[in-house]
Amino acid sequence: MKNKRSLFALPYVVWMAFFVVAPILLVVFYAFTSAAGDPTLDNFRNMGDYLVVFGRSFELAVIATLVCLIIGYPISYWMAKEGPRFQRIAMVLIMLPMWMNFLLRTYAWMSILENTGLLNRLFAAVGIIDLGNLINGGLNSLCAALNGAFGLSLDTTRDTAMTYFQMINTSGAVVLGMVYNYLPFMILPIYSVLVKMDNSLLEAARDLGADSVTTFRRVIFPLSLPGILSGVTMVFVPSVSTFAISRLLGGSSKMLLGNLIEMQFTGTTYDPWLGSAISLVMMVIVVVCMFVMNRFGEGEEQAVML
Amino acid sequence: MAKELIRLVDCCMAFDGEAVLDHINLYFNDSEFLTLLGPSGCGKTTTLRIIGGFLTPTSGEVLFDGVRMNDVPPHLRQVNTVFQRYALFPHLNVFENVAFGLRIGKTVMEEVKGKQVRRKEKLPEEEIRQRVLEMLEIVSLKGFENRRVSELSGGQQQRVAIARALVNRPKVLLLDEPLAALDLRLRKDMQSELKRIQQQMGITFIYVTHDQEEALAMSDTIVVMDQGKIQQIGTPEDIYNEPKNAFVADFIGESNILDGVMHEDYVVEFFNRKFKCLDKGFQPMEPVDVVIRPEDVDIVPVEKGQLRGTVTAVTFKGVHYDTIVDFKGFKWLIQTTDYHEVGKEIGIVLNPDDIHIMHKSQYSGMFGDYSSYSEEYDEINDPTYVEEDEDTEGRGDEE
Repeated sequence: MKNKRSLFALPYVVWMAFFVVAPILLVVFYAFTSAAGDPTLDNFRNMGDYLVVFGRSFELAVIATLVCLIIGYPISYWMAKEGPRFQRIAMVLIMLPMWMNFLLRTYAWMSILENTGLLNRLFAAVGIIDLGNLINGGLNSLCAALNGAFGLSLDTTRDTAMTYFQMINTSGAVVLGMVYNYLPFMILPIYSVLVKMDNSLLEAARDLGADSVTTFRRVIFPLSLPGILSGVTMVFVPSVSTFAISRLLGGSSKMLLGNLIEMQFTGTTYDPWLGSAISLVMMVIVVVCMFVMNRFGEGEEQAVML
Repeated sequence: MAKELIRLVDCCMAFDGEAVLDHINLYFNDSEFLTLLGPSGCGKTTTLRIIGGFLTPTSGEVLFDGVRMNDVPPHLRQVNTVFQRYALFPHLNVFENVAFGLRIGKTVMEEVKGKQVRRKEKLPEEEIRQRVLEMLEIVSLKGFENRRVSELSGGQQQRVAIARALVNRPKVLLLDEPLAALDLRLRKDMQSELKRIQQQMGITFIYVTHDQEEALAMSDTIVVMDQGKIQQIGTPEDIYNEPKNAFVADFIGESNILDGVMHEDYVVEFFNRKFKCLDKGFQPMEPVDVVIRPEDVDIVPVEKGQLRGTVTAVTFKGVHYDTIVDFKGFKWLIQTTDYHEVGKEIGIVLNPDDIHIMHKSQYSGMFGDYSSYSEEYDEINDPTYVEEDEDTEGRGDEE
């Protein structure tokens, strides 16, 4: 009986073998091979030059994930509290942008943020640009403060004489692109955990003397951790490996891991061996991150499964 | 005299304009086991939720120790609830579930510079530990502190829910059909367990159930409700022996309810025959409902009977036979330990104390006739409860 049923899984197993396992093995093989085909570790040694890119990739992905969480959790919480009609409408609104092509959406942001783009033209029309210098000064000191406080490297050097806001080709634009594109992946899992939460648990907490803040802190939040974890995973992983967003909104100066890897395979600096090694290292780091996080949230996950 | 703790004054409740509670007046005494009993939709759970603070009555007052509590939220009330489906926190183990209320600490009102200010009073860890362990011992769950709640059986989860509520030392414990999801055997055990805990702790239990047997077995006071109204308040004996109307007579146990006429004090006529009874205080010739409990009827040979009828159905019930007897088209349920075969003609004798007289009510004529025996009997007897039980058990299994 069981064996017969497992036959149904065969197409997927074959698919996995050809298109998931085999490519990974190829990547591993290439990563440990030189151009001449000899086994080597040089690819990993050479990677040191790109530490900055690694750092920037993880930094921006972490920021984007946090921003998604900060925006996404309240939205999910609010949605889950409202009636089913509202929930359906909100869900459609959240999904709506995803029905459009990903590149198209990102290009749209490009034309909005460009130096001669929609926003800057709007500012010029309203006459804000003249104040640009002043505001830019403020922005710079804000960035400097943030950098100081969190050890980030947001752009602080700006052309004080410019007649437009520099929005495109900044880290901020890349983070914005990530948040815009991946926010639904944060909202959906958190929402689905919150909406399924048994209302009598909240009543029990209230009954036992917890005010609404304590109820949130001690019951709602811990029980929504599994949703948060899968949301974080689903935002962080594509963010850390994106190359389209960073190329369109970040420009050449904001190269991320995705762009670096892409260059090794398609660019002028053709080096698939290095590209494979970088891919492999990134994969390992991501897997380790996810593993640690899931271990952290394991208890809660089980609890909600029941 | 018993001290009054909670009083509901003229409480009405309506959801979307539909009345659920209709002028409820009720008080709850200290150390009392009071049961709100009624069919689903009768308003018993609504009443409980009003006391718990989860609902605010549309009109009327909720008084705790004489103080109006209508708008006080649940977390500031000195009552705790045991929820029907336990509502244990799945992310916490047994100890932490029970400790939940203690860790939050008591909210105390304090006067600071002439203003009422709320302040949380935290308990020391050692006291929390001591109280939780003590409570787990009371509910017979010693040694289960570190278990996950998902690893517990239904009965054990129920005990945790009770411990979690009681550990806060509430003056009143509210229980919303706490045993509905348990199987019959466990339910019986938990009934006596609950009664024991209530007596040991010496606090008031307000218990909601649709199970009349449960209510009779555990309660000091039973409040029978239907259609948002209180039908009768009394001790289990009162309710069973002296039901106020046809609804109560039918809901609590089995009853044959017939139309009768009260000729004078202690004399009632039905089936064209006068019977002696113990009831008085009715108008002369007042039409009444006559209740005769199936177990009170004595079957005798035809010639000795006050009434004669024909046996139309017999069901063996273990301790007794449910015998349906046809008296001129009106069928009675009679419970006897002797077997009388179908078709046999029998006589019955009614003693004055077997007959209970009630005023006519809106429920007159709705209950107490076993003419459509097979269908109605199935409805009236346990199956309705079994049905609901299966329902709740089904939901329990999903967890």
